[in-house]
Amino acid sequence: MAKVVAVTGNEAVAEALRQVNPDVCGIYPITPQTDMMQRYASFINNGKVDTEAVLVESEHSSMSACIGASAAGGRVVTATSSTGLALMWEMLHIASGDRLPIIMPVVNRALSAPLNIHGDHSDAMGARDTGWIQIWSENGQEAYDNTIQAFRIGEHMDIRLPAMVCMDGFIISHSIERMEYLEDAEVKKFVGEFKNLHPLLDLDKPKSYGPLILTDLFHEYKRAQHEVMTKVKGVVLEVAGEFEKLSGRKYGLFESYRLEDADIALVILNSAAGTSKDVVDAFRDRGIKAGLLKPRLFRPFPYEEVAAALKNTKAVCVMDRADSFGGYGPLFMEVSSALYQLRNRPALINKIYGLGGRDYLPSHAELVLNELDGIAKGGKINVFKEYIGVRE
Amino acid sequence: MEKTFARPRSLKTVPFRYCPGCGHSLIHRLIAECIDELGIREKVVGIAPVGCAVFSYDYFNFDILESAHGRPPAVATALKRVMPQKIIFSYQGDGDLAAIGTSEIIHAAARGENISVFFVNNANYGMTGGQMAPTTILGQRTTTTPGGRSAATEGYPLRVSELLATIEGASFIQRVSLDTYGEVTAAKSAISRAFRGQMEGRGFSLVEILSPCPTDWGFSPKASLEWIRTAMKKVYPTGVMKDRDKGI
Repeated sequence: MAKVVAVTGNEAVAEALRQVNPDVCGIYPITPQTDMMQRYASFINNGKVDTEAVLVESEHSSMSACIGASAAGGRVVTATSSTGLALMWEMLHIASGDRLPIIMPVVNRALSAPLNIHGDHSDAMGARDTGWIQIWSENGQEAYDNTIQAFRIGEHMDIRLPAMVCMDGFIISHSIERMEYLEDAEVKKFVGEFKNLHPLLDLDKPKSYGPLILTDLFHEYKRAQHEVMTKVKGVVLEVAGEFEKLSGRKYGLFESYRLEDADIALVILNSAAGTSKDVVDAFRDRGIKAGLLKPRLFRPFPYEEVAAALKNTKAVCVMDRADSFGGYGPLFMEVSSALYQLRNRPALINKIYGLGGRDYLPSHAELVLNELDGIAKGGKINVFKEYIGVRE
Repeated sequence: MEKTFARPRSLKTVPFRYCPGCGHSLIHRLIAECIDELGIREKVVGIAPVGCAVFSYDYFNFDILESAHGRPPAVATALKRVMPQKIIFSYQGDGDLAAIGTSEIIHAAARGENISVFFVNNANYGMTGGQMAPTTILGQRTTTTPGGRSAATEGYPLRVSELLATIEGASFIQRVSLDTYGEVTAAKSAISRAFRGQMEGRGFSLVEILSPCPTDWGFSPKASLEWIRTAMKKVYPTGVMKDRDKGI
C-alpha cells in the first residue's frame, strides 16, 4: 500500500536509500546535495539503517572509499553535486572500469567559475564519458523511483556498472511535492539481497582490481565496457516493467509526450520538461501538433529508439541546460547523431537555457515552439544554436 | 575635532552579512586593520576559499581571487612566485584547509612558500549547515554526527597548527582565539606578524583562529565564546607553535 507524502527531492531520495539500506555510504556535504546524506546520517544515528558511514574529507576520497567498499563486496552509495562530481572524475572512470555497481544520486548544479550553487546539467554532462549509467529524473517522484530501480540495473549480473541518478538542484532537491512512497518491505523485496561478483578477500580465489594493463589487452578491456553498455537498455526496460507492476508508475528509456502525431517537438531533460508539457498542451489546444521527448536513460543513449520516436516530426528543438563550449549542447549532439541515421530527418535546432539556475519559464517554451512551428511550415532556420532567456 | 577611529580603508563601506556572532566579520576587520597599518593595501592580493568566507570579496577593498575548494595555498604559491613584490594571503576555513585541501597546505608549508595563511577553525563545515569537519572535537554534535563525534567511528580532531609546526619549511605558526578582548588583540598581533614575515621574506606563516559559529553550534553568540573557552581550547590550545627566528 503506497504512502502519500509531501517531501523534497532530497528527502525522497534519502528515503529510497533508507529503504534499500546499503552496506556502506560515503558522506561529504556539497550544496544542494548536502541534506540528502545528512538525513541519511540521522537514519544511521537513529538505528534505522545499519549502513557503515565514512565521513570523508573530499569527494575524491568519498568515491575512493566507495570503490574499496564495492570491490570488497558491499552494496555502496554516495551522493554529490557539481564540483564534487568533477573532483571525482578520476575515480568515476575507475569505478566503471572495475565494474563496481556503486549507486550515486547526483543533484545537478552548475560548475565553477564563476561560482554558482544553482541547478544546471554541466556536472553530469561532464561525467558523460566516464562509463557510468545515467538516469535522469523530472521530479521528486521520479528521483525516488529511479534511485530504487538504479540498484537493480547497476547490480544486474549482466551489467555490473555504477549508475548515477540525476535530479535538478534546488528546483527539485529543495521543493516539496506530493509523491508516493513504496512500503519498506516492497522496496527490500524489489532490490533483493545484494549479490557479490568477484569480491576481494575471497581467499580461495585471490584477485586484483584495476591492475596495469598496457597495449596487450587494454583495448579489449574497453571493448568489453562498450559491449556491456549495449545490454543496459534491455535491463532498464525489464526493471521498469517490474517496477510498474509494483508501483503502477510506468518508465521507459524516455518519455514521449503527445509525440505520436507531432509536427514539432522539444527534447528536454529533467524538471524543465514538466514546465514544457503545459505549453505543449496549450499549443495542442490551438491546433498545433506539438510534442515532447524527455530522455530518461542518457548513458547509454537510446539512439535508435529516439530516432524512431522523432522520425515523423518536421522540426525539433533540443533544449540543453549545459553547453559544450565551441560545440552544440551535449543533448543536441546525441539527438543529432540519432537522427542522422534516418532517411528523412526533421529540421533540428539547439537552445541553451537555464544555466546556473536561471528560471526556465513557460514563455521560453512558447517562443521555441512558435519558432519550430514557423520552421515546420517551411520557414528557414536562422540560427542553429542559441542561448535563450538571456539578459541583454 | 580630530578623527581618531574609522573603518579601515581595506574594508568596503558595506555591512557584513555573516550570521550574528560569527567570527568572520571580526577576522575580516583585523586583517583589514593590519593591512592599513602596514600600508600594503595597494600590494595585497587575497585568495578566497569555498565556505562561508566565499563572500570575503564583498567586504575586502582590494583584489581577491576565488579558488577551487581547498586550493588557495597552491594558488597563493603561484601568485607570489609570479609577483614576488606583492603581498599574498589565503583566507581559509577548516573545511577548505583541514579537509579537502589538507595536502595543499602541507606542501605549501613544506616548500616554505613566502605567503601568509589565515585559517579559521570553527570546528564544523559552516557554509553547508554544520556537518562534521576533521576539526570537530570529540563528543561534538553536528548534522552528520547527531550523537556526537566518536573516535571509534569518526576518528580524532586534526590539530593543524601542531602538524604544520613540525614542518621545516614553516616559519611562523600561531593559534589565536576570538573569545576575549585580550585574545582578539593577540590575534591581530599574530596576523600583523604573518604579513610582516612575508614582507621580510621569512617564508611560510599561518595563523589559526578559533572562531565562533553560533548558528551551526546552536548557541547564542555569548555562549559560543564560552564554548571556545571551555571546550575548544582544551583541544586547541592557543599560543605560538613555531617561530623560526626565536628558535621555537
